Amino acid sequence: MKYKFSLLAAACVAALAVSNASVKAEDGVLTVGATLSTTGPAAALGIPEKNALTLVPTEIGGLKVKLIVLDDAGDPTQATTNAKRLINDDKVDVILGSSTTPPTIAVSAVAFDAKVPHFGLGPMPITAGKERYTVVMPQPVPLMAAGLFDHMKKNNVKTVGMIGFSDSWGDLWLGQFKAAADKYGLKLVADERYARADTSVTGQVLKLVAAKPDAVLVAASGTGAALPQATLRERGYKGPIYQTHGAVSQDFIRIAGKAAEGVIMASGPDMLPEGQPDSALTKAPGLALVQAYEPKFGPRNQFAGHPWDAFEVLKRVIPVALKKAKPGTPEFREAIADALVTEKDIGASQGVYNFTATDRYGVDERARIMLTVKDGKFELIK
Amino acid sequence: MDLTILLFLVQDGVTNGAIYALLGFALVLVFAVTRIIFIPQGEFVAYGALTYAMLQAGHVPGTAYLLPIFALIALLFDLYAERSRITGGFLIRQGIEKIVVPLALLFAARELAGVSTIASLVLTVAIVSALGPHLYRIAFQPLADRSVLVLLIAAVGTHLALTGLGLVFFGAEGLRADALTDFSVDLGPLPVSGQNIAVYAATLLLIAGLYWFFERTVQGKALRATAVNRLGARLVGIRTKGTGKVALALAAGIGAVSGVLLAPMTTIYYDTGFVIGLKGFVAAIIGGLASYPLTAAAAITVGLIESFSSFFASDYKEVIVFTLLIPVLLVRSFTGKHTEDED
Repeated sequence: MKYKFSLLAAACVAALAVSNASVKAEDGVLTVGATLSTTGPAAALGIPEKNALTLVPTEIGGLKVKLIVLDDAGDPTQATTNAKRLINDDKVDVILGSSTTPPTIAVSAVAFDAKVPHFGLGPMPITAGKERYTVVMPQPVPLMAAGLFDHMKKNNVKTVGMIGFSDSWGDLWLGQFKAAADKYGLKLVADERYARADTSVTGQVLKLVAAKPDAVLVAASGTGAALPQATLRERGYKGPIYQTHGAVSQDFIRIAGKAAEGVIMASGPDMLPEGQPDSALTKAPGLALVQAYEPKFGPRNQFAGHPWDAFEVLKRVIPVALKKAKPGTPEFREAIADALVTEKDIGASQGVYNFTATDRYGVDERARIMLTVKDGKFELIK
Repeated sequence: MDLTILLFLVQDGVTNGAIYALLGFALVLVFAVTRIIFIPQGEFVAYGALTYAMLQAGHVPGTAYLLPIFALIALLFDLYAERSRITGGFLIRQGIEKIVVPLALLFAARELAGVSTIASLVLTVAIVSALGPHLYRIAFQPLADRSVLVLLIAAVGTHLALTGLGLVFFGAEGLRADALTDFSVDLGPLPVSGQNIAVYAATLLLIAGLYWFFERTVQGKALRATAVNRLGARLVGIRTKGTGKVALALAAGIGAVSGVLLAPMTTIYYDTGFVIGLKGFVAAIIGGLASYPLTAAAAITVGLIESFSSFFASDYKEVIVFTLLIPVLLVRSFTGKHTEDED
C-alpha cells in the first residue's frame, strides 16, 4: 500500500514537473492563446474559427508558433477564466477570442489588465481609454449597415419592414436603422421579432406583407435567417429582401433554396475573393484561406476569416516587435501593441486594417462586398 | 387583420399545436409510467428531424452510429446486473436486442440513405425509437425507485448529454428536409399543404393509437397498472422493469414522428428540441401530466396563442406562451387534490 502511494506521489510530481516545464517561456517561440465558443449556442461560429486555426502559419518571423485553443461555450465567465489561464499559466504573447460579443468583451477586460495584445473575433464596443491592447477583427455593424442602406437608397426604397432575432443582434440592427433612417430617406413600417428555434414565422410575415413595405430587412444570422426569407416568398412578397452579413453562408442558400434567389446581402470579402479585382488587397489572403479551408472543412464562411486575419496581422507586426524585444517578455507585448498602430494597410481576407490609437476596428469600405444569390451561388453586386 | 390573415394564423397555430400535442402525449405517457418528467423528449424530436433530413440527403446520420454504442453500454449494464444468473436464453435475447438489431439498423441506414422518402421515414422512426429503451436502461433504470426529484435531475442530465451528442453528430448548423409530398389544396383563400394534412393525420392517429394501446392491449394495461401502483403491479406479475423501456420506446417513437413532420416546415438545429419540448411541456402541465385529451386541447391552445401573439406582439411571443403556465399552476394548486409524493 505504502509502495503504491509513493508511486502515485512520484507520478504526480513528475506530471507537475512536466507541466511546469511547458509553461516556461521558450526561446524562439511565439505563444498564441485562443478562447473560442466551440460548443454552446455560438458553436456555428466557434467551430469554423477553430478549424481555421489549424491552417495558420506555424512560423512567423523566425519564431515557432505555439497555439493553445480553449473552449468557453460562449459564456463570458468561462471566457474570463480561460483568458486568465492563458495569460497566467501559459504566458501567451497574444490572445485571440472569443467568438461572440459578450465573451469577447470579457477577454478584452482581462487582456487590458494584464497588458497582453488581444484580437477580438466577435464585434465588441471599445471603452474609451481601454483601447490600447484590443483590436477587433470582424467588421463593425455600422459599416455593413451603410452598404445595405445605400443600396436601398439607390434602388428607390422608401419604406422598410424589419424582421429580426429577438436578441441583441436584432436590437443592434433596429438601432442602426433608426440612427441612419433619416440620412437615407427610409421609413420603418413594421418591426417584427422571432427566435432562432421558432418553428414558424407565419404570423410575423403576414403582418409584414400587410404593411406593404418597399423592401424587407431580415436581421438574423446563420441558417436562422432562411426561415423568414422562405416564408416571405411563400406568402407572395415580391419586393427585395435584404439580409445582414450574419446570414451570409452556403447553409443559408441550402436551407432557403429557391427563395434565396435575388436576396441582397452585405458580406465580408472572404466569401468571394474570386470575384474581386486583382488590385484588391483582400484578394490574395482571401484566396489563400478559401483554398486551404474548403478541401479540408467544407464550404467557406465568414467566421474562419477572423482568426486567419489575426495571423495576417501578426505576420506584419511580429517582425517589427522582434526588433525591440524577445517573446515572453512584457516589453515584447508592448512592442506588439505599438506595431499594431504603426503598421499600415495590412491586407487580410476580411478587409484592409489600419488601426489607430482610437479606431480599433481599423477597416473601411474595402472590408465589405455586396452579394446576391443567382442560380444557387453567391454573386457580386457591382 | 382580415379573414385571410385570420385563417392563416389559425392554420399555423393548429399545425404547431398538433406537434406540441404529440410532445405533450409523450411527456404524459412517460410520466404516468415511470414518474420521470422527461425533459429530453425535445431531443428525440431534434434527433428525428435531423436523422430524417440526413437520410433524405443521402448521408448516414450520426444516430445510426449512436444506437449500437448506446446498445453496447446497455448490454454491459445488463450483463453486470444479471452476472450471477446468466442463461443461454438470456444471452440470445440480449444479443438480438442489443447487438443484432442496432447493427442491422446501421447497415440499413448505410444501404438505404437517400434511396426513397418512405425508407428514410421508416428508418428514422426505427433508429430513434430504438434509442429510447437503451437510454432508459442506462440513465433511468438504476434510479427507477428513487424520488421524482432524483429522476428529474437525471432527466436534465440526459437532456444535456443528448444535446452535446447532437452537436457532435449533426454539427452546429441547422438542417431542413424536403416535404413529404408536394400535394396542396386550396380551401377558399387558404392553401392547405400535404405536410399540414400529414401533421393533423399523425396526431389524430396517435391519439387513437394510444387509446387503443392503453385500453385494449395487455401491454398497455400493464403500463397503466404500473403507473397506478408499482408494487401492486409487481404483485400480480407485471414486469415493472420492462414497462419503463416500453414507455421510452413509445416516447422516442412519437418524438421521431414529430421530428419527421417538423423537418420540412422549419430549420432544425441540434438544440432546437428543447424549446419545442418546453411548449409540449406547457401543454402536458395544463393536462395535469395525466390526461391525453386535455393535453391535446391545451397544445392546440398553445399553438394558437403562439401564432396570434407572433402576429400582434412578436417581441413578447415566448413571454406570453410561458406566462400561460402561471395561472394554470395557480388554479391547479388551489383546486387539485394533493397526493403527497414520497419525497
